[in-house]
Amino acid sequence: MSMDKQTTQAMIDEVLEVYPEKAQKDRAKHLAVNETNGEGKCITSNRKSQPGVMTARGCAYAGSKGVVWGPIKDMIHISHGPVGCGQYSRAGRRNYYTGYTGVNAFGTMNFTSDFQERDIVFGGDKKLSTIIDELETLFPLAKGYSIQSECPVGLIGDDIEAVAKTKKAEIGKTLVPVRCEGFRGVSQSLGHHIANDTLRDYVLDGTDPEAAQAEAGEYDVAIIGDYNIGGDAWSSRILLEEIGLNVVAQWSGDGTLTELENTPKVKLNLVHCYRSMNYICRHMEEKFGIPWLEYNLFGPTKCEESLRAIAAKFDEKIQAKAEEVIARYRAEWQPIIDKYKPRLQGKKVMLYVGGLRPRHVIGAYEDLGMEIVGTGYEFAHNDDYAKTTPEVKDATLLFDDATGFELEFFADKLKPDLIGAGVKEKYIFQKMGIPFRQMHSWDYSGPYHGYDGFAIFARDMDMTLNNPCWDKLTPPWKQEKDSEAAAA
Amino acid sequence: MPNLIISQTDDGLQAYIAKKDLELAVASLEFQQADRWGGNITLADGSEFYIEPLSEAPSLPKTLRARRAG
Repeated sequence: MSMDKQTTQAMIDEVLEVYPEKAQKDRAKHLAVNETNGEGKCITSNRKSQPGVMTARGCAYAGSKGVVWGPIKDMIHISHGPVGCGQYSRAGRRNYYTGYTGVNAFGTMNFTSDFQERDIVFGGDKKLSTIIDELETLFPLAKGYSIQSECPVGLIGDDIEAVAKTKKAEIGKTLVPVRCEGFRGVSQSLGHHIANDTLRDYVLDGTDPEAAQAEAGEYDVAIIGDYNIGGDAWSSRILLEEIGLNVVAQWSGDGTLTELENTPKVKLNLVHCYRSMNYICRHMEEKFGIPWLEYNLFGPTKCEESLRAIAAKFDEKIQAKAEEVIARYRAEWQPIIDKYKPRLQGKKVMLYVGGLRPRHVIGAYEDLGMEIVGTGYEFAHNDDYAKTTPEVKDATLLFDDATGFELEFFADKLKPDLIGAGVKEKYIFQKMGIPFRQMHSWDYSGPYHGYDGFAIFARDMDMTLNNPCWDKLTPPWKQEKDSEAAAA
Repeated sequence: MPNLIISQTDDGLQAYIAKKDLELAVASLEFQQADRWGGNITLADGSEFYIEPLSEAPSLPKTLRARRAG
C-alpha cells in the first residue's frame, strides 16, 4: 500500500475526534504526516502526557537505573526506596554480561533498601549506610556503588549525597548518588540525562585521564549507548575490531567502571543510542576534545554505511580493512536476504519503541523488502524527529507518546502485517491477531546488531510474521461482525 | 540564564540548549571575529539569546552562559 498525505491526515483527524477539546488540541501536536523534505509540521515531543490516557512511558528511575547505570556490571546499583521498583525491573532488559554473578558481576541481581513506614518517617540515610557496609562484607569484589533514588527518597528529602561522601571516604570506592526519583521529568528521558550528569561528575571528573591505567592507542574507540541487549554490543564490537579499531570501553552494556574511567583517552566515541547518552558525548567533546559519531548497525545497508563512516574518521589502513570486512560479510548476508526477502516482501510494519529504534531499525526492515507505515517514539525529543524524517517515506504516520487508544486505532486503520513495540502493547495486539515483536529487548531473542544480528533479526521476523497461529485468532471487531451475520 | 553548547558542524554553527535538551542551528551570531566573539545569537526557531562577547574566538564546542534577549 502506498500512502498519500491526505489519507494519513484524515486518519489523524479521525483519531482525534474521540478526545475532549483540550486533549484534542494537545494530542494534535504529537501526530504528524511525514514529509521527507523537512517542510512538514514540526512534531511536538518531550511533553507531559495527558492525564487519563494510557501512555507507555517509563520514569526517571527507569532511565537511570534500568538503562544507563544498570548494565555496568562490576558496580552494585542500590535501588534506594521501596522494594517494587527494583524487583519488577530486575533483569528485564536482558543486558548480557560476562562474569560471575554475585562475585564480580551484579547485573541481574536486585539490591534495595526496602523502605518501610519507619524509613519514611525517620529517613533512610542510616539504613543506606548499613546496606553499604553489608554489601562491602558480602561482595568485596564490587568496584563501586550507585545509589538510585526512588520517588520517596526525594519526597522526604534524604541526603544521599552526604551518605555517599562519608562512605566513599570510609571504603575508598566510587560511590555515586543519583537523584533519579521517578516523578522527575515527563519520561525516562530525564533519567538518562541525570544519569549522564552523575557519570560526568562522579566518574569522569573524579579521575585524571593522564593517570588512567590503560595506554592510549591510535585506534582506540568507545562504544557509547549500546546496552548489550541480547548481546548487541558484542556483535557490534566484533565488527569494529575486525576493521582494526580497539574498543576500549562499552557504555554501558557489559561495561565496567574501569572502562568508563579509561574512556577520556579514546580517539572517537561511537554513539549508538543517541537519546540516552548524547549528554556525556557532548561533555567529552568539550572537555577532552573527543569527537563523536552516531552509527547504526541494523541491517547490511546501514552496517556498510556506518562502517564506512567510522573508517572515514581514521586513516587509510582502517578504511581498506573496512572495505575488506564489508566485502567478506556480503557473502554471509546475501543468502539471508535471498532466503527471507521473498517471504517478507511488501509486508507493512508499524513501530512504536523508545530511544533510537523507531528510526534505526527501518534500514533492516527495508533490506528485507518490508515497508514502514507508521513509527513513533515514547520519549524522543525534537532532534530525534529531525533525524527520523529523512529515514521514513513521505506520508508515513508519525506519532509521539502515542496513547493506547491511538495505537489500537492506527493498527485497525493501517492494517500492518507486523507491529514492533513494547511489552505493554504486545498482548493487546497479539489478541487482535496481529503478528507482534517486542522490540525493546528483542522479544527474548537477539542480538540484532551487526551482520550476525541481522541473520537473527530476519529469522525472527519471518518466524513471527509467517507463523500459522495468526490464522487461528479472530480480532474482536471481526468476531462481532461474524456473530451479527450469523444472527441475521 | 540557560547554558548553550555551541559547536561547529558541517552546516555551520549549532547550539544545544541543555535545559530544554534541544539542538538547533544557529541562524545568526553578532560577532564572529577572532578578537571578538559572541553578542546577540538567533537560533533556527527564532529564539534569541545574548552571550557576553568574548575577547577571543573560543575553541568549539564550548558551553556558554546566555541571557534571553529582547
